[in-house]
Amino acid sequence: MTGEERVAAGPARTPVPQPAAGPVLADTADLALAPREGPRRGVWRQAASDFARNPVGVIGVATIVVMLLFSFVGPLFYHTDQVHPNLLEITQPPGARHPLGTDNVGYDVLGRLMVAGQSSLEVGLAAAVIAGLVGTFWGAVAGFAGGWVDSVMMRFVDALLAIPSLLLVLLLAAIVTPSILMVIMVLGAISWLTTARLVRGEVLVLRSLDYVRAAEGFGETPRQIVFRHIVRNVIGTVAVQVTFEVANAILLFSALSFLGLGPPPPAANWGGMLTDGLNYVFDGYWWLIYPAGLLIVMTVVAFNLAGDALRDVFEVRLRSR
Amino acid sequence: MTRYLVRRIGQAIAVLFIVSMVVFAILHFLPGSPARAMLGIRATPAAIRQFNAANGYNRPLPVQYLLYLDRLAHGNLGFSYHYDQSVGSLLTLDLPKSALLVGASYVLSLIIAIPMGIVQALRRNSSLDHALTGFSFVGYAMPTFWLGILLLVGFSATLHLFPPEGPQGASVMAALGDPAGLVLPVATLTIVTVAQFSRFMRSSAIDVLLQDYIRTARAKGASRWQMVTHHVLRNSLLPIITLVGLSLPGVLSGAIVVEALFNYPGMGWLFWTAAGAHDFPVLMGFTIVVAAATVVGNLLADVAYAVADPRIRYQAS
Repeated sequence: MTGEERVAAGPARTPVPQPAAGPVLADTADLALAPREGPRRGVWRQAASDFARNPVGVIGVATIVVMLLFSFVGPLFYHTDQVHPNLLEITQPPGARHPLGTDNVGYDVLGRLMVAGQSSLEVGLAAAVIAGLVGTFWGAVAGFAGGWVDSVMMRFVDALLAIPSLLLVLLLAAIVTPSILMVIMVLGAISWLTTARLVRGEVLVLRSLDYVRAAEGFGETPRQIVFRHIVRNVIGTVAVQVTFEVANAILLFSALSFLGLGPPPPAANWGGMLTDGLNYVFDGYWWLIYPAGLLIVMTVVAFNLAGDALRDVFEVRLRSR
Repeated sequence: MTRYLVRRIGQAIAVLFIVSMVVFAILHFLPGSPARAMLGIRATPAAIRQFNAANGYNRPLPVQYLLYLDRLAHGNLGFSYHYDQSVGSLLTLDLPKSALLVGASYVLSLIIAIPMGIVQALRRNSSLDHALTGFSFVGYAMPTFWLGILLLVGFSATLHLFPPEGPQGASVMAALGDPAGLVLPVATLTIVTVAQFSRFMRSSAIDVLLQDYIRTARAKGASRWQMVTHHVLRNSLLPIITLVGLSLPGVLSGAIVVEALFNYPGMGWLFWTAAGAHDFPVLMGFTIVVAAATVVGNLLADVAYAVADPRIRYQAS
């Protein structure tokens, strides 16, 4: 893949150059789209073992698992009150009672990081899956329909891509009442654009291939062809892109919350925790500034690493054909 | 070339048209009505009717859309209820300050990222390459505001080198008069952008290094330096032209966060406060302007690319 293609393939907000993955199957994400019949099992197992051989990808996936355990299982063992402020214990430094100190209304920071992680991860994963589904559908229809339908649909994508994503998110967040569900919807509504572009590009190639022509010859309807042949073959590309979109959505969500337009307290998320920490930059309260930011960076890096490794799996398998 | 230009400009106009429709649609899908959004929940029905009549909101939607386009075409971006000013005048005041921030960050990013990517490509898989790749990977994953906070802690709170706040002047000249205040905002935006550009530059330079003409140049006895300046730099810069156009929305997103964090009164700061105050005319007007800037930026980048690279011209025509 050349640098030119990479630049042309994706907008600036995607973390890494775009994949040219082909007819392959993903071993993570988008299980709803996965084919069900038996013989493909071998392909899946092969993909999984290819992936396991890539140390960078394994580190990424391991970090994601650790983050999920920390956020969802952690609170089962480490009980803290993350709803009622405790003004007697505000901005305590880390100590025996509070391993990572307390924040400006007395919430235990370690416990809050766990609860905040839940919403940050939920938003990232859900928004990316929605974006994957919408983008696949949009791109497949546009690429398959061709002609003016394709032009109009893709100009629509261009138009939304021309608006900075944070601008769109702020605009939509100012309209709706911020709740986790609404944030997921808003982020999902703007994150599908790159997926749509990639899927359309692949569909344009796929529809000229012999077996799709043959299916047309056998009298399959366009809808059958899209769902049986096209969607299945672009799952690899989509899975890679969805993994990157999780990272993007987590970043956007944290920016949105940092700017004060996320879900209001006592709901917690990593970006929002940093807003509170900002007031204490000059007081040296490091426990309000470093932990939440580090968790965001680690999670985003982990999803980007996993996405890179996933793409390598697909490219290796393409080459071996 | 002409045909390529015409097609490309046609596309840009279509995209701008759709942007205007999207923004118009968002304004009209506001919960309740625009009147409720502007006048508040406690507005009386009479006040709402009067507002609707005065602003043309009682007319059919297609007519309203055409009137909206007409206003846009005349440069009327709407009126801010929060600031009691026309959006256009707010924009003339604040846009240049954002342009200064974004422009300075772009220039610095290119100055740093281009040599960085080329060095990485020349020393591919060396420890230097891995270290710089690690830097851009983390830089990319870093939320812009967190990077800004870290710089604040380091250079403002601990070392007391730079003020924690951007220049507060009303004009660009006033902002330029406080260069120390500009350092941290520009540095934040630059680091994030370098992380992104250097990755593209590295892969672009690696592609060029694998070309036959590089081998020919080496065989003809070109020194390493000649090879880099004559062949690698020129050819690997081509994709960067497109990247500069494509990255504009992302950099502007970063500018919103940076301006909010450093309290720098530019367009992003205004957009942020407008979002908090539900000042929709400002949000809409700025969205349109920024989208137009992006579309024009992409158009210029594509044209520049076609000028710089004959292959694009011939393929397109």
